Amino acid sequence: MLRSSQPLTGPNRRRCREDELLLGTVLDEEERGFIIDTRSAQAAKQARMSGGGTEPKSFYPQWRRLHRPLERGRPLQESFIKLVEACNDSSISMDRWLSRLDSCRWLSHVKAALSTACLAAQCLDREKVSVLVHGAEGTDTTLLVTALAQLILEPSCRTLKGFQGLLQREWIEAGHPFHLRCAHSAYSHARLKQEAPLFLLFLDCVWQLSRQFPFSLEFSEHLLLTLFDSAYASAYGTFLCNSEKERCLCKVKESTHCLWAWLNQPGERKKYLNPLYTHNPLVIWPSVEPQSIQLWQGLFLRWIRSSQYLDEAWAEIQHLVESS
Amino acid sequence: VENVRLLDRLSSKKSALGTLYLTATHVIFVENDSETHKETWILHSQISSIEKQATTATGCPLLIRCKNFQVIQLVIPQERDCHDVYISLIRLARPVKYEELYCFSFNPKLDKEEREQGWKLVDLNEEYNRMGIPNNYWQISDVNRDYGVCDSYPTEVYVPKSATARIIVGSSKFRSRRRFPALSYYCKDNNASICRSSQPLSGFSARCLEDEQMLQAIRKSNPGSDFIYVVDTRPKLNAMANRAAGKGYENEDNYSNIKFQFIGIENIHVMRNSLQKMLEVCELKSPSMSDFLWGLENSGWLKHIKAIMDAGIFIAKAVAEEGVSVLVHCSDGWDRTAQVCSVASLLLDPYYRTMKGFMVLIEKDWVSFGHKFNHRYGNLDGDPKEISPVIDQFIECVWQLMEQFPCAFEFNERFLIHIQHHIYSCQFGNFLCNSQKERRELKVQERTYSLWAHLWKNRADYLNPLYREDHSQTQGTLHLQMAPCNFLYKFWSGMYNRFEKGLHPRQSVTDYLMAVKEETQQLEEELEVLGERLANLQKSQLNDSTVKSKQQDRSTQLGLSTSNNSLANTPQEYSNDLKSFPSRSPSQGDEEDSALILTQDNLKSSDPDLSANSDQESGVEDLSCRSPSGGGCLQSEDSGKDSDEAVFLAV
Repeated sequence: MLRSSQPLTGPNRRRCREDELLLGTVLDEEERGFIIDTRSAQAAKQARMSGGGTEPKSFYPQWRRLHRPLERGRPLQESFIKLVEACNDSSISMDRWLSRLDSCRWLSHVKAALSTACLAAQCLDREKVSVLVHGAEGTDTTLLVTALAQLILEPSCRTLKGFQGLLQREWIEAGHPFHLRCAHSAYSHARLKQEAPLFLLFLDCVWQLSRQFPFSLEFSEHLLLTLFDSAYASAYGTFLCNSEKERCLCKVKESTHCLWAWLNQPGERKKYLNPLYTHNPLVIWPSVEPQSIQLWQGLFLRWIRSSQYLDEAWAEIQHLVESS
Repeated sequence: VENVRLLDRLSSKKSALGTLYLTATHVIFVENDSETHKETWILHSQISSIEKQATTATGCPLLIRCKNFQVIQLVIPQERDCHDVYISLIRLARPVKYEELYCFSFNPKLDKEEREQGWKLVDLNEEYNRMGIPNNYWQISDVNRDYGVCDSYPTEVYVPKSATARIIVGSSKFRSRRRFPALSYYCKDNNASICRSSQPLSGFSARCLEDEQMLQAIRKSNPGSDFIYVVDTRPKLNAMANRAAGKGYENEDNYSNIKFQFIGIENIHVMRNSLQKMLEVCELKSPSMSDFLWGLENSGWLKHIKAIMDAGIFIAKAVAEEGVSVLVHCSDGWDRTAQVCSVASLLLDPYYRTMKGFMVLIEKDWVSFGHKFNHRYGNLDGDPKEISPVIDQFIECVWQLMEQFPCAFEFNERFLIHIQHHIYSCQFGNFLCNSQKERRELKVQERTYSLWAHLWKNRADYLNPLYREDHSQTQGTLHLQMAPCNFLYKFWSGMYNRFEKGLHPRQSVTDYLMAVKEETQQLEEELEVLGERLANLQKSQLNDSTVKSKQQDRSTQLGLSTSNNSLANTPQEYSNDLKSFPSRSPSQGDEEDSALILTQDNLKSSDPDLSANSDQESGVEDLSCRSPSGGGCLQSEDSGKDSDEAVFLAV
C-alpha cells in the first residue's frame, strides 16, 4: 500500500516520466494496481484547474482508479461542531434526535471512512493487488485510509506498541498538520480555515473497530480519549507542529518529552490496556451497515452523562479476567 | 418441494439449493450440500406474513416474515408448487384451534412429575409473601375465585385490608372490563404500592361510591402519604375522547386526595405501525446512514420505548423517593399498564433483575393480570387489529436498561431474545390464550410444558458474567435520568437484525467472560481439593518430597486457544469494482472511468456468509458452540439449546 499526494497534472495534462516509473516499479509486468482517490471524480477533475489532478489512464495503464470521496476540511469541522451542539442540546425531544444526529453527518463520515479503508484492505488481502491512496495533499483523508487499513489488516498494529508505531508513522511522520488541524476543537467561535477533525474521525473509526472486535485490540477506549485530548493540548511534544521538518526546526525532540515514553511506563501502561485482548492473527473486517456504526458516547457524551455504570462494568471485566 | 433456493437476504448472488418440507408444526429447509445438510427450521407460529412475489426467470419467489424478525426468501421453481406452498403456509400459520399449536405436540421427554414441577417453578403466592403480604395493610381476596367479578383477572387478587368484597364488586362495575384496582407491587420499606386497573366508566359526570372508596382504601394502606397518584398512561386527547363513550378518567374533584397525571403512551395501533415501519427500515438493501436514521426516526419506535420508560421512571420515583402509592391504568389496563408497572418494578426491586425474579415479574404483571397473549401475538388466527408488539416493547425496555447498567441484571441479552422468541413460538404453554381463566379451561398445565422450567434448566446460557449480588448496581433502585437522554436509546440490532450475523460483533464478550468465570471457579475448586490432598500427604509423608500438582494450560482449558485459527471472517462487499479491468480506448478524452464512479447503489454491502462451510470467522472461537453439531461453529444465541426445536440457523 502506497500513499502520496495528487499528481500535478494540471490543465495541460502534464506528464512526469519519473513518477510513472516510480509507480511502475511497484507492479510486475502484467500486474494491475488500484488507485484510491479520496476525492470525488468531480473534485479531482476540478483540481486540474489549479494545477493538480489525477493520474491519466494512458500514462498509467496498469493502474485503475477508484474514487471514494471522503469529507475533509471545513465541512468536516462543521459536522463535528454540529454534532457536539446536538449532544449538548437538552431541548431536543426524542422524535427529533435521530434526524438531528443525521443532519450532522458525522456518522456518515465514519461509515465512509471505514468503507474506504476496508476497500483498500480488500484490494491487498483479497485481490492481492497493490494500492496507492491519495487525496489532494496526502495529509488528511489519505492518512485516515492508510492507517485504518493497516489496523484492519495487520495484527501487529493492534497491539499497544504497534498502534503507537502506526500513529507515529502514518500520522505524525507522514505529516498530518496537527498544529493547524487541532487548534480549537468544537467550541471555538473562530472558524479557522485549516481546522478539521481528521484525527478524531480516525479515532472514532478505531473505536468502532474495538466495539465490533472487542478482543482484537490491545488498547482500550481510554487510550483513544487520551490521544484525542493530546492532539489538542498536551504536556508532551509528540503532536506538536505540522511536519517532521517543523519539529526539527523547533527542536521538539530536544525540548519536550515524548507521549509514548510516558504511556509505556509500566504504571501508566496498564490503564490503557484492554482486558479482553487476545492476539488475533487474522484480518478483521468490520460491518459498515448503519446499525453497526454507533455514536461514540464515550467521547461525545463524555461530559454530559455519567460513565459510572460503564466504568464499573469494565472494572468488573478487568477483575474477572485478572482473577482467572 | 425439491430444488428450492434459499436466498441470502442481502446478497442475492449467494443462495443455497435444497428441499423444502412442510410438517404440521414447522417449515424446514434442508440444503443439498452433502457436507452439512444445513437445516433451517421455522415454526408456523412464528410466521407473521407470507408474500408471494412476481415470478422471475429463476422461479417463483416467496418471502416469509417471522414474528421473531427472521426473514426468509425462497425461490420455488414451479409456480404451481409455489402457490401450493403459499396456500398451505397461510393455513398453517393461522391455526383455528389451540390444539393445532406446537405446544400440544411438543415432547421434551419429561415425565408427568417433571412437567408439574416445571409449572410450579414460578409461584405468585410466594412472590407476594416475599413482598411482605399479607400484612396489616394488604390481604389476599378470593372475591374472584370463580372469575365471577372479572374474567380477565386471576382468582387470587391482592387488595387493601379496608377494601371489602362490597367495595371490590362495586368498583369492578365502574371499571372497563371489570378490571378493578388491584395490587401489582408493594414496597415494604415505606408501604408505598403500585396498583393497577382499567379506566373508570365515568363518562362526563358519572360517579361510583365504591370505586371512590377503593381508591381511598389504597391511600389508607400507605400511612406515610396523604394522597395517591393516579397515572393514566394514555395521551390526554385519547382519554378525553373516551369520556364521550362513557369511560374516561378520574376526576380529582370526585376522588379525594388523588393527584392525577397523564403520561402519554400511544395505543396498540400506533405501536403496530411503528414496528412495521421500523422493520421496513431493516429490510432496506444497503441503506445509507441517512436512510437508516431517518427511517428509524420516522417509525417513532425509540420514542415510544422512551415514553414507556419515562412512565416507569415516574412511578418508580413516586414510590421510592416520595413514598407515594400509585394507581396506574390505561384503557383496559392490560397493555400499557402492564408495560409501565413491570418497568417500574424492575427499577425499584433488584429481585426482578435476577433470572427467577424476571420470570416472576412476567408471570405476575403479564400472565396473571390477563394480558391478551392470543390476540396480541396471534396464537390463533384472529383480528389483525389486535396484533401489537406490546410485550416486545417491554422486553426492549429491559434491554435498554441492561445497556445502561451492565452489572445490574443477572441475565443476559440472549435470555430476553429467547423469551421473546417463545412468546411467539407457542412451543410452551405459558403464553396461550387471553386470561388465566381460558388457560385453565384449556388445561394448559396438564397438556403442555412450562417455558420457565426450560429456561431455568439452561440458565447457564443466560447468565450475565458481570452480575454480582453485592455490586452497587444491583442493589436498590436503578437511578435513571429522565431527560434529556435521547442518545441513550439505541437500536436493538441483536433483536431486529438477529439473524443477520454480519451485523453483530462476532466475538461474544458475554460467552467469553462466562467461560472465564466458570474456569476460575473450577480452578479454585480444584485448588481447594488439591490443597487438601497436599495437606493430607504432607501429614502422612513428611519426608517425601515428590508431591506433584497438576498444571493446566489455562488457555486450552478455556478452549480459547487462538491456535484454532481455522476461522476467519469475510469482508462485506465494499465495492463492486474489484473485478476485471475494463479496457479503454485511448481516444476517449474523459479520463474518468465513469463506471468507476461509485454511488450508493453499486456499493453493495452484503453480509458475509458466516455459515460453517464458506469463508470463515475471525477471532476467538465462539464458545457457546463447543460441541459442533453437523459441521462447524454456529452463532451463539441461535445454536438452539431447545432440545426439540432444532437449531434455527441463520439464513
